Amino acid sequence: MIEAHDISVTIGDKRILSHVDFAALPGEVTAIVGPNGSGKTTLLKALTGELAYTGIVTLNGRNLSTMKPVEAATHRAVLPQSTTLSFPFTVYEIVRLGLIGGCSGALPGEDARLPERALARVDLDGFAGRFYQGLSGGEQQRVQLARVLCQVWAPVLEGRPRYLFLDEPVSSLDVKHQLVIMNIARDFARRGGGAVAILHDFNLTAMYADRIFVLHRGQLAAAGSPAEVLKDELIEKVFDCRLKVGALPAGSVPFVLPQSAA
Amino acid sequence: MAEQSIAAPAVRAMAADGDRSARARAVILLLSLALVLSIFLSLTSGASDASAVRVLRDWLTGAVPADAALATRDRLIVYDIRMPRVLLGVLIGAALAVSGAVMQGLFRNPLADPGLIGVSAGSSLGAVAVVVLGTTWLAPVTLAVGTLALPLAAFFGGLTVTFLLYVIATRQGRMSVATMLLAGLAIAALAMALTGVLIFMADDRQLRDLTFWQLGSLAGATWPKIGAVAPVIVLALVTMPFLSRGLNALALGEATAGHLGIPVQRLKYTAIVGVSAAVGASVAVSGGIGFIGIVVPHLLRLAIGPDNRYLLPASALLGATLLLLADAVARTIVAPAELPIGIVTAVAGAPFFLWILLCKRGIVDL
Repeated sequence: MIEAHDISVTIGDKRILSHVDFAALPGEVTAIVGPNGSGKTTLLKALTGELAYTGIVTLNGRNLSTMKPVEAATHRAVLPQSTTLSFPFTVYEIVRLGLIGGCSGALPGEDARLPERALARVDLDGFAGRFYQGLSGGEQQRVQLARVLCQVWAPVLEGRPRYLFLDEPVSSLDVKHQLVIMNIARDFARRGGGAVAILHDFNLTAMYADRIFVLHRGQLAAAGSPAEVLKDELIEKVFDCRLKVGALPAGSVPFVLPQSAA
Repeated sequence: MAEQSIAAPAVRAMAADGDRSARARAVILLLSLALVLSIFLSLTSGASDASAVRVLRDWLTGAVPADAALATRDRLIVYDIRMPRVLLGVLIGAALAVSGAVMQGLFRNPLADPGLIGVSAGSSLGAVAVVVLGTTWLAPVTLAVGTLALPLAAFFGGLTVTFLLYVIATRQGRMSVATMLLAGLAIAALAMALTGVLIFMADDRQLRDLTFWQLGSLAGATWPKIGAVAPVIVLALVTMPFLSRGLNALALGEATAGHLGIPVQRLKYTAIVGVSAAVGASVAVSGGIGFIGIVVPHLLRLAIGPDNRYLLPASALLGATLLLLADAVARTIVAPAELPIGIVTAVAGAPFFLWILLCKRGIVDL
């Protein structure tokens, strides 16, 4: 599992996170939610070792700060919010970069085919030969997810669960691909791995997350299952928005929930 | 089914859409042939009518030539003038092109070039300091390290500039390319000003040496000089391909490269030291030869893509070939005099560079 205790992050002289505890279990999708600027991405960056932090982060029982990049890379893969390139790589070449650490966990000899299989998983069949820079933002995000999937293709390696860290994986996607991506995360967890995702959509969060951590002004405001966390009072306090959980819109106003997907 | 699964991987690997490995390997093979051809061309052509083919044939067959005096002259020309020059051209062309490619990968920018951002200027300053002050202020240094003083000084000059750039352009682990380019301009100006001060102090003989050398030339190629710089350049050239996977990952950004398992800090330091060593050694013997480092990798990215596993060796081959051809032009166009090679590469390279800016504005994303 991933455990973080008493995490604080200060950038410049501004404290972004203070004393946050966090845990993500294998077999579960863990969501991090919160308003803009509440420290979600900062927490993710601390958990992946990208930012300096105080406190302790452990990855499958080992202290993250003592792990080399190559060791950490066998335990988890990270999808950033967006990735820009300065050179004209093809989609295939980008996805193949996920195999750089050589620990995909796929059967011997299968690595060569993983990029195409990963692209098929994110619904980008036939995109391998396209140039990354010519794709839309949502397509680029799915290419990066395919790369991340290649890195930890097997959710469990040598008996140890592996993790996906996803920073707003669906923010630039249409509704179909939001479901495709969230299903990939859930499937990864069901097969023994773990997924940690920053999400904005309450409905998607309620549908897919097993556990939610709510950040508010750099501190943990609540943690628990969707039913425990998604309450009117919490949403009003944290998001400064008076919303009613479970209320239906009046009259003939149409509304569409992801839960209704067939 | 069993049959298919045995045959499948090889076929798939070749046919995979977007995988330019096969094309890259073919291009590398072609470039190897081109390099062999241009080496042959450089050995056989020159101001004198000495025949490299005859020298080679005599050497291979052990035949005693009819005109012994002429044969001795030809052998001297081929062994002691053309061969070191060709070897130096190969080493420096490869070093400059690979350094450009590595620098561009490191800074994630197709415009980064040791010549543009002041590394060459720093190397020049180091080298000029040794030439001008070698018998006075720097006498202890030149005494201590002997003929290595010039390449070493050029190396430390280049290393200092690269290190300064890195420190100035990096804040909280992020390297700002715009800052890097601007800082590079300032540092280059400063290094050139200091070089100017040294030139002001130089006597007439040193002055002529310096002027010719600053324009870039392979004319001074001798075996001892090659002995001094070849180990440095070869070591750098042998090291840099090991960086190619890391540089590929770095294209996604430093953080993502780290998440993929690349030791980013070590990669950056190795790349910086390697580039400084290769450029410093090159500048030390041949002066400032521009545009090889920016034109060669760019051409190759158009042909085989930006995968550094192929880009670095291909850059070495094409860089060496182009520099040999430029040297052939420099030697013959105003024969029996010769043009500094830096003029040839600049005359060919600068318009090409402008063309990149005009046509490919989109990819140069600061």
